[in-house]
Amino acid sequence: MNRNKTFKQIPDFKLSPTVDKVGVEERVARFQTRSIKNESKVQGLKMVLNMIDLTTLEGKDTPGKVRQLCYKAQHLHDLQEGLPTVAAVCVYPTMVAEAKKALGDSGIKVASVSTAFPSGQSTREIKLLDTQFAVDNGADEIDMVISRGKFLAGDYNFVFDEIAAIKEVCGKARLKVIFETGELASLDQVRRASDIAMYAGADFIKTSTGKIQPAATMQVTYTMLCAIRDFYRKTGVKVGMKPAGGISSSKLALHNLVMVKETLGNEWLNNEWFRFGASSLANDVLMQLVKQETGHYQSADYFSID
Amino acid sequence: MTKKKHKEEVLFNFNGGWDYSPSPESTGHVKLKERYDLYIDGKFVAPNSGKYFPTTNPATEKVLAQVAHADESDVDKAVKAARKAYENVWSKLSAKERGKYIYRIARLMQEKARELAVVETLDAGKTIRESRDVDVPLACNHFFYYAGWADKLAYAFPNRTVSSLGVAGQIIPWNFPLLMAAWKIAPALAAGNTVVLKPAETTPLTAMLLAEIIHESGLPAGVVNILTGYGDTGAAIVNHPDINKIAFTGSTQVGKIIQKAVAGTGKKLTLELGGKSANILFEDAPIDQAVEGIVNGIFFNQGHVCCAGSRLFVQESVAEEVIQKLKDRLDTLYVGDPLDKNTDIGAINSREQLDTIRKYIKIGKDEGASMYESSCEIPKTGYFVRPTLFTDVAQSSRIAQEEIFGPVLTIQTFRTIDEVIQKANNSPYGLAAGVWTDKGSRIFNMTSKLRAGVIWANTYNKFDPTSPFGGYKESGFGREGGLQGLGAYLRMENGELQN
Repeated sequence: MNRNKTFKQIPDFKLSPTVDKVGVEERVARFQTRSIKNESKVQGLKMVLNMIDLTTLEGKDTPGKVRQLCYKAQHLHDLQEGLPTVAAVCVYPTMVAEAKKALGDSGIKVASVSTAFPSGQSTREIKLLDTQFAVDNGADEIDMVISRGKFLAGDYNFVFDEIAAIKEVCGKARLKVIFETGELASLDQVRRASDIAMYAGADFIKTSTGKIQPAATMQVTYTMLCAIRDFYRKTGVKVGMKPAGGISSSKLALHNLVMVKETLGNEWLNNEWFRFGASSLANDVLMQLVKQETGHYQSADYFSID
Repeated sequence: MTKKKHKEEVLFNFNGGWDYSPSPESTGHVKLKERYDLYIDGKFVAPNSGKYFPTTNPATEKVLAQVAHADESDVDKAVKAARKAYENVWSKLSAKERGKYIYRIARLMQEKARELAVVETLDAGKTIRESRDVDVPLACNHFFYYAGWADKLAYAFPNRTVSSLGVAGQIIPWNFPLLMAAWKIAPALAAGNTVVLKPAETTPLTAMLLAEIIHESGLPAGVVNILTGYGDTGAAIVNHPDINKIAFTGSTQVGKIIQKAVAGTGKKLTLELGGKSANILFEDAPIDQAVEGIVNGIFFNQGHVCCAGSRLFVQESVAEEVIQKLKDRLDTLYVGDPLDKNTDIGAINSREQLDTIRKYIKIGKDEGASMYESSCEIPKTGYFVRPTLFTDVAQSSRIAQEEIFGPVLTIQTFRTIDEVIQKANNSPYGLAAGVWTDKGSRIFNMTSKLRAGVIWANTYNKFDPTSPFGGYKESGFGREGGLQGLGAYLRMENGELQN
């Protein structure tokens, strides 16, 4: 599941493939014209729920808040039968132990952000300790941020080495590498960051922290999916994708699934290889699912907020 | 829409799994008549011969309606009506009033956009996504664009005094039935001419809906006349002595016949004919977007596009990667019911065209080229072809020389810029070309050296009413769209505008 393969040949990241923004926008618009109805809609929505990393990343987070979120993760909407649980709960390192306890043997993973999330402005030592702390507390997954300053300054080796070092500390935990694409400015840079992270050992690549806008636009996610496809074709190693931030409607989530299906195929359509980092998406999906069954939209008050 | 696996070491599984439920556009709001008459002199009239022919849905092979077959006497009646309308009404109307009518037609088309899109899809086999998102909006935009020129003719061509020509005879093809009607009618009316138009025999319905819209707009009788029929109807229009201008879009073969027929008659002529356009991909191109552009370039409208990028030239250093990506992409294209909103490739327009495409696929195999076709299942009834690629193709292969007009792409590799320019220009056609590179200077170098009427850089098959369109060599002459397209319908004093 998590990989420890290292590569004999590392490409020159200055030569990462170029990306044409206009072309990407056009391709993304095509995904958005796909019409997802009836059975495929219900199936898609359930898949979305099962791919969510239910997230709370606030300065004011408390064990109480995390416990409630963990309950919601396991009981999305008990009135509706046949619903899956979310994939994971995503918290700060200090909340990992609490989340781990609350989720018990539910099978829901605990993901922890680390490496001086969200800015990443700290020393290597502190980032490693931050990660070690989360892993020691039982985190199943680590969501690290790259050093955007170093990246934008062209120090790709620094970024690569940092990811590789964090990967070593992760042990059995799967590593998600966050680029904060809103700070990288161009799709060329998103592509380059994707290549660096995948060769350095990322199990997942992730768009954003949720703290910076724009976050997980379809254009950015598509660029990263293309990078994953090329990487798989070259190395035979699969890498997961996690768009995070800004996906709050069912429609957008379904269009993301269309994009995954038509870029990477069915193998990526599960929570082992695709996640949504979102806090408010789940309730919109639930509302749509109930509507599919009853034919009516219910008020937001019928869906719990945790 | 399930698909079979293709064999690769690293496999992307695009088959089955989470599939899209059928999502057909509803046809409930469309009421086709059993029979469509000719639109002459502001009235819908039966053909003198009393003959009608069926038009079918190529996706189901079912007859949609009977359509009048106009003969020489009907053409004569229509030209007389157009002449009368030109002399007595249209040329006397103020330019501003002419513009108002054209705007009104554009707005009515927009109001009926959904109906037009569905009928286009039924009659032509093209996907509803394209009818809805490309054909109909673009057709409306042509009317809007040229309506704006109607009262500005005096300022359109500096140092030229312009006047209308008279009666324009227009013959349009089956690949973009409504859009081609708009390309022809809108500039002709804006320039102050009257029109006799003939749609293709396999796709007459949207032209007849347009006749109904024009009728509803209150356009003076005889200004636009629409006659359905076969090649003999077209010949009668071309040969009618009282026509001042012929505009034809269609095959090079018919174009040559028309050019011979009008030689020495004083009729003004524009021809928009076939093509075998080169799409050129350099190693520094944004590969994933280029692959999309190649797919869009050849598979748009089932490849029934005169400017289709049917010859792909890939730089050898990236050929393997590009071909692999093209194959992957082919497997994610949905071929099937054109009315389904998720269909990417619809039905081939007619049995005849299906036979032509199959003939060329066979020629390609016989020539020893390597064929790859997408693994999708295609419907059992109706005219369908899997999207197809040919590699190991040379300039001397027939499939790389002749226009196939279907979803068939030939792929050749090249090493240097000079080589690819030479090969791209080595064709009797010269309609369009595409260049894919990240290097701006190379784009300008290529555009000045490629002999093609339209050259797209890092995109393909982009159309806009403001942009002129037309070809070199056997792809025809004259431009449609933009100011140049307007000039084609005007007489210019102090020297004629070069077509």
